[in-house]
Amino acid sequence: MELLTRTEKWNITYQHALGEVASWFFTQLRDNAKIYGRRCAKSGRVLVPPRAFSDQTLEPTKEWVEVGPGGKIEAFTIVYEPFQNLPDPPYAFGYVTLDGADTAIGGFFKGVDLSDPAKAAQQLRIGRRVATRFAEKRTGDVLDFWFEPVDR
Amino acid sequence: MSQRVGIIGIGQSAFKSRRDDASYPDLVREAVSQALTDAGLELEQIEAVVYSLSPDAMVGIGNAERLGVDAVGARNKRFLRINTGGSTGISSVAAAFYHVAAGACDVVLTAGADKVGECGDSQSVLNKIWDPTYERALPLGTINMLAMSAVRYMHKYTMDETDMARVVVKNRSHAARNPKAHLRKQTTIDEVMGSRYISWPVKLFDCCPQSSGGCAMVLASESYIKEHGLNAVWITGVGHCSESYYLGDRMGDNVEADHADAFALAHSFKRSFAMAGIDKPDKQVHVAELYAPFSNTEFHAIEAAGLAKLGESPARLRAGEFTIGGKTPVNPSGGVLCTNAIAVTAMVRVAEAALQVWGRAGDHQVKGAKIGIASGNGGDHQFFGTMVVEA
Repeated sequence: MELLTRTEKWNITYQHALGEVASWFFTQLRDNAKIYGRRCAKSGRVLVPPRAFSDQTLEPTKEWVEVGPGGKIEAFTIVYEPFQNLPDPPYAFGYVTLDGADTAIGGFFKGVDLSDPAKAAQQLRIGRRVATRFAEKRTGDVLDFWFEPVDR
Repeated sequence: MSQRVGIIGIGQSAFKSRRDDASYPDLVREAVSQALTDAGLELEQIEAVVYSLSPDAMVGIGNAERLGVDAVGARNKRFLRINTGGSTGISSVAAAFYHVAAGACDVVLTAGADKVGECGDSQSVLNKIWDPTYERALPLGTINMLAMSAVRYMHKYTMDETDMARVVVKNRSHAARNPKAHLRKQTTIDEVMGSRYISWPVKLFDCCPQSSGGCAMVLASESYIKEHGLNAVWITGVGHCSESYYLGDRMGDNVEADHADAFALAHSFKRSFAMAGIDKPDKQVHVAELYAPFSNTEFHAIEAAGLAKLGESPARLRAGEFTIGGKTPVNPSGGVLCTNAIAVTAMVRVAEAALQVWGRAGDHQVKGAKIGIASGNGGDHQFFGTMVVEA
């Protein structure tokens, strides 16, 4: 028998409140091109991206600490496949521990030729030093910055 | 605990990309019907239903347990929906187990289905599991999140892309023997290595398929099983363990839970093994069905299960220890790598471990298996469930 299907698309709009901590973080990023973490008073860990409380102690974090702009790569991947509602490939992204931070923050890697996967992976190897670059026009979003490998 | 909890009935679809002959509730009903027939019970004898359903957007129906309530015959019965992402299925079996173990019910059904093949792009849905504040703008998805686990595992230990390919070759050869598996065509290391990169170092053949199908299980108390002269295998260990939210917290030089490994999964297994009285899993366990949707993740799952030391599983797999006929076959069904209907994938792990210790696994039977283990991973490597099943 003939089997039928019915096509559906979901298009839903949300306006997410970021809260006080993330609002301050993104304001500094937008206005001053600086990245800050929050220090947990109990453990001393500097959490980046900053959170209002520590996942380990549940204590509120109290102190802002500027981190980076240098850092080192902790994880990366290079995406070669297109996915709906995600960027056009190829692109590289992953996680970087910024200088002064105890946790890694996600961001895109740029300034690397991605045409040869093995060579690109070598450029982005774990432990590689990176510099944070900031967009000229910043909107207060994680896409306002990205990382580029540097030699030193 | 007052008395043991047994598995008395199992149903699962023959998984495929699409099932255009069946709506979503039709698929749930198919698995329930098989499980009741297998148990030799009527719907009236079921006292409670645990409904296995991961993100709604994957089936494209908000709170699809509402639509599924008739397919599991839950009218006038206790009903709970469980969702812990990829581990949903094993969490559902655990919830059914606790109904019986607590003495609240004698006979409990758990069931669900998924139609991942109907979703235009599951990675768009899975991208939405990341927080809208800091990480949503990044192209995160389950493939690239676990590709980053592969990168860290390669860095920490010795694993290369050929080791990953060996997992695919093994699991496809197992799936070829399992008529319920979705990807049943055997492959070669060259074919895997020649497939295109999706998210370096993960290639197309390193990835699970998007499957449609259902699974259901009936659990009962030992007294009910004996009173009614039913056949059963026994759930002797149940564990869960979770990990904190931020992926970036599981990296760096001095972290307790490295994203290379599956730290919380290892803890979950320790809890299951303690309950089952297993202290040497590498010697005592006969068969393992471990949740591993990408080839590289089977290595840290094997290590978390205590079947190999950290970093040693690639060499042990190369030696054939985890192939059917080897020391401890891992994923004799073909595993998640060959079949992934997300809402029930981790239930299938328990079902397959149960069929093995029952001696009912057909062409993919591990000879003489009496103790089996199963696991499920959910979220961004976050919610882990494990079980021990014994004959």
